[in-house]
Amino acid sequence: MLMLRKFARDVPAVIGLVIVLFALVVAIFGPWLAPYPGDIVASHLLQRLKPPSAAFPFGTDNLGRDMLSRVILGTRGALEVAVTVVVLAMAIGVPLGLVAGYRAGWLSETIMRVTDVFLALPQLILALALAQLLTPSLESAMLALALTYWPFFTRLVYAETRRLQASLFVDALRGIGASSGRILFAHILPNAISPVIVRATIGMGFTILVAAVLGFLGMGATPPAPDWGLTISESRNYLPSAWWYSTFPGLAILVTVLGFNLLGDGLRDFVDPRLRRSR
Amino acid sequence: MRAVATLSEPTPPEPRPTEPILQVRGLKLSIRTDEGLAAVLDHVDFALAGGHILGIVGESGCGKSTLVRAIVGILPARAMIEAGHIHFLGEDLLGLSEAELNGRVRGRAIGFVPQDPYLALNPVFKVGAQLLEIMRWHAPDRGRKNARRDHRMRLVELLRRVQLPDPEAALERYPHQFSGGQRQRLVIAAALACAPALVIADEPTTAVDVTTQQQILDLIRDLVEEFAFSMLFVTHDLGVVAQLCDDICVIYAGQTVESGPTRDVLAAPNHPYTRALLACHPERSDAFVGIPGVVPSPFRPPPGCRFAPRCTYALAVCPQRMPYLVGGPAGRKVDCVLAEIGAAA
Repeated sequence: MLMLRKFARDVPAVIGLVIVLFALVVAIFGPWLAPYPGDIVASHLLQRLKPPSAAFPFGTDNLGRDMLSRVILGTRGALEVAVTVVVLAMAIGVPLGLVAGYRAGWLSETIMRVTDVFLALPQLILALALAQLLTPSLESAMLALALTYWPFFTRLVYAETRRLQASLFVDALRGIGASSGRILFAHILPNAISPVIVRATIGMGFTILVAAVLGFLGMGATPPAPDWGLTISESRNYLPSAWWYSTFPGLAILVTVLGFNLLGDGLRDFVDPRLRRSR
Repeated sequence: MRAVATLSEPTPPEPRPTEPILQVRGLKLSIRTDEGLAAVLDHVDFALAGGHILGIVGESGCGKSTLVRAIVGILPARAMIEAGHIHFLGEDLLGLSEAELNGRVRGRAIGFVPQDPYLALNPVFKVGAQLLEIMRWHAPDRGRKNARRDHRMRLVELLRRVQLPDPEAALERYPHQFSGGQRQRLVIAAALACAPALVIADEPTTAVDVTTQQQILDLIRDLVEEFAFSMLFVTHDLGVVAQLCDDICVIYAGQTVESGPTRDVLAAPNHPYTRALLACHPERSDAFVGIPGVVPSPFRPPPGCRFAPRCTYALAVCPQRMPYLVGGPAGRKVDCVLAEIGAAA
């Protein structure tokens, strides 16, 4: 209870949590919340590029589709991408970090040097290159993002594991007959999990942003999907007159990413008060 | 376990001649470091008689903890055993694979009490979960119905036996919610969870205060009698050894120098180092006494006795060759050229 109250005092974190929860609700119940759930594929050419009004609060796009509906329906895709990418990256990065951190040796060195190489390249550039190599689709975009995001988890888990493997309780466990796998996954991992969760939360926001960039550049979702990045890309030809066409998906990206970042920062402060930002 | 069965027979008052349960012979161990090979242990030799408590005494940095790790088999990757044997119940532990050690030796036949009880438990799990986990791996009654409940009952009984207040509630608490003495009791309970034949304790009382230390020592004494296990007790504190241990083994700079029944060794030490060490004890002398010189570096040590440079009685031969182990009456052994001469005379 005390912990909950401590978290509740952190206003930005609570705002972040509310935004994330809101995004989740919208993603799950999108088809029921959207005023025109059919507007993923439909086209109403008579109502194309209508400015915001009571009937279409966010206006309509070049095919006369309701922008509000498309922004709502795009939430699910954005979160799906974020969750898939982060879970995949964790599935690759966390075990590698555990193994590399537990025993010094050539395996550990190899893993960490490869990690360094990946970290040295900007993630977006690397993801673009990978996505370009694969056939453009949402799946290959997700794969490219996961393949570029795992090193962050490896570094993090490696550092934690290095610290924990030297601790006495690990010696005690070894002395009492615990296997390496059990020590790593049942004892060290739970101790190292909080920074991983923080990183994953911030990574969700970051992934939504990068996924939108890939969509914008035509390497992610394909039309007619209501993908936010793709929609902004499509809206370029109608700027500046149809300002609402690009503004609302852009705001959706902004608010969601902001929510994940605020929540992630709040969680970080929460699990590690030493890193508390000054305010 | 066979050993437990033989050990739990009624024991006659000491001295009792028993087969050694643990025997370390000619152990030589080096650790690769950036500065070269450090000969941390050299010619370590001792035996632990069944049902006895053997105290391993030495200054900080003499290789006590490394010795414990070598026996339990949890040496750092850079350590290598160059020579020697560690016989436990007639089996050379150095010849066993990791899986064999985990499966039937560690935790099961050898219990391990690590140095600092504050750090010896995983901070993120409840105490009950951790101790039950250990019992489950080594469960002698695996597969039986109600095994889980039996384990829990046995654990509560064990915690009561190590005098932990309110053992039922203790299972649901986290390690940080216990005091140092209580945690030490938990760690001892963890070592005893699977009724081992041998318990190895690495300075278990250094992290707690003197009154708690006294209680823990009394408890250990009682537990050894009651559960009929043997114990290897590593410490830098001669006072603790005098109080607790049946036998003593003195280590200097990675070499065993003298061993034998505690009372005899402390009353009439044979090795110059043991004598010097005893002379340093405040109760035994009025003036502040130290041993002149410093502990030699483990890098490129002299081939002979490592105490020779600081020894008042050192002969020309001392730094040049290793002394032979000289046996004496009542199981006493001393590693000193002077004793060789004495034995020859």
